[in-house]
Amino acid sequence: MTQMTFARAINSGLRKSLENDPKVILMGEDIGTLGGVFRVTDGLQKDFGKHRVVDTPLAESAIMGTAVGLAYRGYRPVVEIQFDGFIYPAFDQIVSQVAKIHYRTQGDVKMPITVRVPFGGGIGSPEHHSESPEAYFTHTSGLRVVSVSNPQDAHTMIQQAIACDDPVLFFEPKRRYHDKGEVDESIDPATALSMEKARVVAEGKDVTLVAYGPLVKTAKDAALAAADEGVSIEVIDLRSLAPVDFATLEASVRKTGRLVITHEAGQSGGLGAEVAASITERCFYHLEAAPVRVTGFDVPYPYSKLEMHHLPGLDRILDGVDRALGRPNSLSGLEG
Amino acid sequence: MFTDELGQGGNAAGGPDNSAGHHSGTGESLVQLITPGGERVSHPQYDAWVREVTDEQLGSLYEDMVVIRRIDTEATALQRQGELGLWPPLLGQEASQVGSARALRDDDFVFSSYRENGVAYCRGVDLADILKVWRGNASSGWDPYTVNMATPQIIIGAQTLHATGYAMGIQNDGADSVAVTYFGDGATSEGDVNEAMVFAASFQSPVIFFCQNNHWAISEPVRLQSHIRIADRAAGFGIPSVQVDGNDVLAVMAATREAIERARHGGGPTFIEAVTYRMGPHTTADDPTRYRDANELEDWAAKDPIARVKGLLERKGLLTEQLEAQVAAKADAVARELRAGCINMPDPQPLDIFKHVYSTPNSWLDRQEDHYSRYLASFGDPAGANSEEGAR
Repeated sequence: MTQMTFARAINSGLRKSLENDPKVILMGEDIGTLGGVFRVTDGLQKDFGKHRVVDTPLAESAIMGTAVGLAYRGYRPVVEIQFDGFIYPAFDQIVSQVAKIHYRTQGDVKMPITVRVPFGGGIGSPEHHSESPEAYFTHTSGLRVVSVSNPQDAHTMIQQAIACDDPVLFFEPKRRYHDKGEVDESIDPATALSMEKARVVAEGKDVTLVAYGPLVKTAKDAALAAADEGVSIEVIDLRSLAPVDFATLEASVRKTGRLVITHEAGQSGGLGAEVAASITERCFYHLEAAPVRVTGFDVPYPYSKLEMHHLPGLDRILDGVDRALGRPNSLSGLEG
Repeated sequence: MFTDELGQGGNAAGGPDNSAGHHSGTGESLVQLITPGGERVSHPQYDAWVREVTDEQLGSLYEDMVVIRRIDTEATALQRQGELGLWPPLLGQEASQVGSARALRDDDFVFSSYRENGVAYCRGVDLADILKVWRGNASSGWDPYTVNMATPQIIIGAQTLHATGYAMGIQNDGADSVAVTYFGDGATSEGDVNEAMVFAASFQSPVIFFCQNNHWAISEPVRLQSHIRIADRAAGFGIPSVQVDGNDVLAVMAATREAIERARHGGGPTFIEAVTYRMGPHTTADDPTRYRDANELEDWAAKDPIARVKGLLERKGLLTEQLEAQVAAKADAVARELRAGCINMPDPQPLDIFKHVYSTPNSWLDRQEDHYSRYLASFGDPAGANSEEGAR
C-alpha cells in the first residue's frame, strides 16, 4: 500500500496499461510535455515516447475521430478531454461513431476507447470548467459510463476501462485530484471488483444514500454526521453510471425502505431520475417514502462565488435524508 | 452574395474543350488525360503515372465503370419496386470511383461516405452486401476487415477523421499502407474535414483526401460551400493538392497513384479534388428538378465518363465486338446476382435488435431483451420470429 493522490493513482494506472499492452495509446491536449493541466499524465510521454503519449492539436472532435480510426487499426486509445465543458465539440464523434460502430458493423469492429473527463465543480473556475455532462452519455446506448470516487478505484478502474472492449466514458472528480488515499498497486484489475458493480461504502439501516464521483466523500461525511443524530445511512458509491448496478441498490433499498440520490448535475432528466424510477419499479412495495433527489439546479453552471449553493453539500444532503425519513425539513408543510 | 462568376474553378475548368495547359497544384487548371471526345492527351507530369496501363487494363476499367453503372441502375430500380428503402445513385461518378479505387493495394484502407458503392464493388464487397443497409436488413453490409473498407458513413465528413486516425496507426506500425477517405464537396464545409486536414498535416500521416466535387450537396450548389476552388483550400493546411477531371478515369488514377506513392514514402497527405457531376438525384427520395437547370445536366452528359473511355478504346481500335459482348454479359450477370441477392436476403429476427450494442453483457440491455422476448413469447411464439410488433 502506498499513500498517493487521486491524480497520481490514475497516472500509475495509465502507466501500467501502457506497459502491459503496446496497443494502448494516450491522446489529448497538453498531455505530453506538460503532463496534462492536472498533471495526471505527468512523465508518461518521457517514458513511453511521443507516439504513445500524443500531444494533439486543439480539436476535440478530431481527437475523438482519430481515436476511432486508431481503434479500427487495432489500437486502444485513451483520450483525455481537458475539461468537462470541452467535450461537446466531440459529442458527434462520441454519440454517432464511438457508441455505434460496434452495432453498425455487427460486432466486426470493436471500439475499445476510454475517454477520460475531469468533471464537476468546486474549484472556483470560470464557465465550462465545472460541468457534469454524464447524463448525455448514460442516455447513449453503446457507451459505458463510470465515475470514480477514491484513489484506489481510480487506479484499478482506469485499467479496467482501458481493458474493456467497449467504449468507456471515465469521469474523474477534478476537485478530488489532490486528495490522498491508500493505493495497493499490486491489485489485479482483472480479479478486482468489476467496474460495473456499485459498492456499499458505509452500511446503514434507515436510508440508502446513492452518490458517485466527487459526492461520495460528501455522502460519507453526511452519514457520519447523521449517525450523531441516531440516523443510520447506508452510502452506496454507484461507480458505474451506465449500466447502473440496480441489484446492489435494490438489495439496500429493500433493507432501508428509503432512497436518496445526489449528484452535482442538474436534476431534470438526470441520473437521479433514472435511479428513482428504476428503483420504484423494482421495489415499490419496499419503499416507505418517495425517492428524494438532492442535485445541482437546472441552471448553467454558476459563477464560482455561487457554486457552493449549486453543489449539494453535507447539509443539503442531510435535509434530503430528513425528507426521505419524514422528519422536519426545509420543505415541511409544502404539499406535493 | 454568391454569384456564378465567383471563382468556382470546377465549373469553368470542367468544360468539354478544356484540354490545354494542365498543371497540378494550387490555383492551376485541372488534370485531364482523356478528352470528353475520347482523345488521349499528354500531360508532362501525370502521363508517367498511367504509362504502364495496358490495353487490357483499359478495357477492364471500362468494364468496371459499365458494371458499376449497371449496379446503380439496378439498385435504383429495386428502390422504385419497393425492395430498397432508399438508394443514393452515383450516376456520373463512375470514373472518379473506379480510377481511384483501382489505384489501391489490398492492404490500403478506405473510409467512404454512402455514395461510394462503386468503390465498394472494386474492393470486392459481395453484391448483396452493398444493398443490405439500404434494404434495412442491417445497419451496415460487410465486415470492414475482409475488404479493408469501412462501411458507409452517413454523418457528413466524419469518416475523414477515422481515415486520419487509421493512418496515424499505420505510421505507428511502421507499415507502408495508406488510408483513403472519400467525401463530397458539401463535406468540405464540415469541421471534421478541416480538423482531419490539420491532424494529417501536423502528423504527416499517410492519408489521401479524395473529394468528389459532384457540384451538388442535395440542393446546394458547390459555390455555396466554397468561394474558391476546393483543391486550393488544402494549401492553407500545408497539404499538396491537385484538381483532376473526375470524369476521366486515367487522370483520376494518375493523381491517386501519385498521392499514394507520396504517402507510402513518408510524404504525408494529399488532397485530390475530382471534378465530376451527380447526374442523378441525391437519393431516390430527392427531386433535382426543383433546384437545378436541365441545361446543366445536358452539359455534363456531354462529358460522360463511360462515353469517353469508350471513345478512347474506339480510337485505339480496342472496342471490339468481343469486348462489348463480354462487358454486356458481365453487367447482365452482376445485375441478376444483385437482384437475386437482394430479394432473397433473409430478414433479421426481432431479437437481433439487441445484438452487438456492446461486446460484453450489459445488465440494462439484457433486462430489456429478456422482457421483450417474454412479450413476444406472450403471442405463443417463443422465438418471436413470426410476430410483427405493431401489426395488431
